Amino acid sequence: MAEVTKLIHKYLRHDKKFPHVWCPGCGIGIMLGSLIRAIDGCGFTKDETMLVSGIGCTGRLPVYVDFNTLHTTHGRALTFATGIKLAKPEMKVIVVMGDGDAVAIGGNHFIHAARRNVDMTAIILNNSVYGMTGGQYSPTTPYGMKTATSVYGNVEQAFNISELAVTAGAAFVGRGTVYHAKLLDSLMKKAFLKKGFSVVEVISHCHTQYGRINRMGSAVEMMTWQKEHAITVEKAANMKEEELKDKFRIGVLIDKKLPVFHEEYEKIRKWAKGIQ
Amino acid sequence: MKIKKVKISKKAEERILLLQGNEAIVEGALRAGCRFFAGYPITPATEISELLSVRLPRVDGTFIQMEDEIASMGAIIGASLAGIKSMTATSGPGFSLMQENIGFAAIAEVPCVIVDAMRGGPSTGLPTSPSQSDVMQSRWGTHGDHPVIVLCPSTVKECYEITIKAFNMSERFRTPVILLVDEVVAHMREKVTISDDEDIEIFNRVKPTVPPEWYIPYEDTPGGVPAMAGFGEGYRYHVTGLTHDVRGFPTERPEEIDPFIRRLFRKISQHYHDIHLGEFYQTDDAEIIIIAYGSVARSAKRAVKDARQQGVRIGLLKINTLWPFMRTAVEKALQTSKTIIVPEMNMGQISREVKRVNKSDAKIFTINKVDGTIITPDEILKKVKEVG
Repeated sequence: MAEVTKLIHKYLRHDKKFPHVWCPGCGIGIMLGSLIRAIDGCGFTKDETMLVSGIGCTGRLPVYVDFNTLHTTHGRALTFATGIKLAKPEMKVIVVMGDGDAVAIGGNHFIHAARRNVDMTAIILNNSVYGMTGGQYSPTTPYGMKTATSVYGNVEQAFNISELAVTAGAAFVGRGTVYHAKLLDSLMKKAFLKKGFSVVEVISHCHTQYGRINRMGSAVEMMTWQKEHAITVEKAANMKEEELKDKFRIGVLIDKKLPVFHEEYEKIRKWAKGIQ
Repeated sequence: MKIKKVKISKKAEERILLLQGNEAIVEGALRAGCRFFAGYPITPATEISELLSVRLPRVDGTFIQMEDEIASMGAIIGASLAGIKSMTATSGPGFSLMQENIGFAAIAEVPCVIVDAMRGGPSTGLPTSPSQSDVMQSRWGTHGDHPVIVLCPSTVKECYEITIKAFNMSERFRTPVILLVDEVVAHMREKVTISDDEDIEIFNRVKPTVPPEWYIPYEDTPGGVPAMAGFGEGYRYHVTGLTHDVRGFPTERPEEIDPFIRRLFRKISQHYHDIHLGEFYQTDDAEIIIIAYGSVARSAKRAVKDARQQGVRIGLLKINTLWPFMRTAVEKALQTSKTIIVPEMNMGQISREVKRVNKSDAKIFTINKVDGTIITPDEILKKVKEVG
């Protein structure tokens, strides 16, 4: 077994729930690999790591890994995670969500979590579609694209998740793809070590639903699309807007220092006790 | 039925306070060990949030105002899973929003307390007026078969005592407990004596004592309640809203689903004796018995006293546990008396239950007030004269 595979196996729950639910070729496995390598790289112990998810294909991720794992209701993962982090600030809290989970049903929680700056990481796998329910359009389905509920073409405009996170005030926002796995490893590591609310958007593919109906080919062809359309932040800085028209930026989009909720609240506790 | 009084020793340091119902709930919650509150402002429950935002940081607790009631419910479940006793408070509209996550707390067996200060509904309804119209929502609001405990104080002192009991039951049975107060009880001020003595019974969830590799998080026990490890305490396990096996992992096997759902019910049903709280008042010789709860029980007690002075043999069954329904106590009332009056500030939510369990020839009369005002003793007396 290759060293990199050995590392991943160290964190899997082998005795339960394999084989997993994901389709062959799905990007979630690559994201899970990055997540494990980043947690290992940060030196977090299994006992102090808290993995929280919502509903959907991505929501099924925590069950496979040997951390403290919590599979919540649709869209609400960040609210449960907020409670856990504030109750036990020493825990490393990571939330994994899909695009529908994070910015449709959970959109309000997402922008408020970014604003509130609770010290945790939201990882959002964006595959532009609701996969588990059979490929309906999501808030990140581009205009004109076909899905099971937009067979004539999507008439809505898509959210840009990373820009939404930046605008809502997240302390750290990074975007990667499942093609650029090494970049994803480093983005996740940076996000996990960041003090405050950090976001990593992971551009992925759903060849089973979205790719099939839009004739985008197999997982390999869809990952090739990612390779061809992703431009690093550094490279994009020297490019004209016109050249970036159908491209998206990958890398660290924002990294700033903000007061962290539980540290601020600790000051409140001291102050409140002082006036008692 | 067992009426358990909070034990207060004579040596106790006593505080005599003029408290609002909502404030007494805060005192009870803090006494019970609540150290996490998440909420969203709503009348008539807001005082609970305001007061806890001041009090919790002083005892190393945490207060957070979330973006809505859905988030509030999620946050208190998260905090409880991390080992901290937690609570939220709301009113009808917010209570509706919380329902999905209340179901999560039921299936994942997460102790927590939810206060619903009832106002008139449906929808935005009557924000500052009393009502008792969430009785059925508190029982059946979330989807799926599930047990739930719903407690209902009728005095400010009971707000304090029953809040402590609500936390105790949630910890003991690993279940969400709903504290249903009507707007009158929430906002009414009364003199309350609060003892800080250690004799008050406080129950904390049972934690596993076995090594982590032996821990089975949803294992059946004689009491039906598995030991609960907090996240981050070395017992790494999976918690999900999916129907799960004893190890907490999702299952679709009929032979694992059935015993799980039945255990959820059994852990409550085999402890009715400890969960049912209430009081029989002057019922021994009663020809008429009033069954009432919340602020209406106060009016009913006054009506009983006044009617007795006029020679009417009448009594009161005050119920403090709305769910699971106090069938045994109600059946006793139905055997004692052939005339039952159920006054309530709704179109007949508890009277429907009384009629359901009535196997005798007792006649059940109702007083249903839905105009946003309280039921007065006079209104009850009028009904007593009509039916007597």
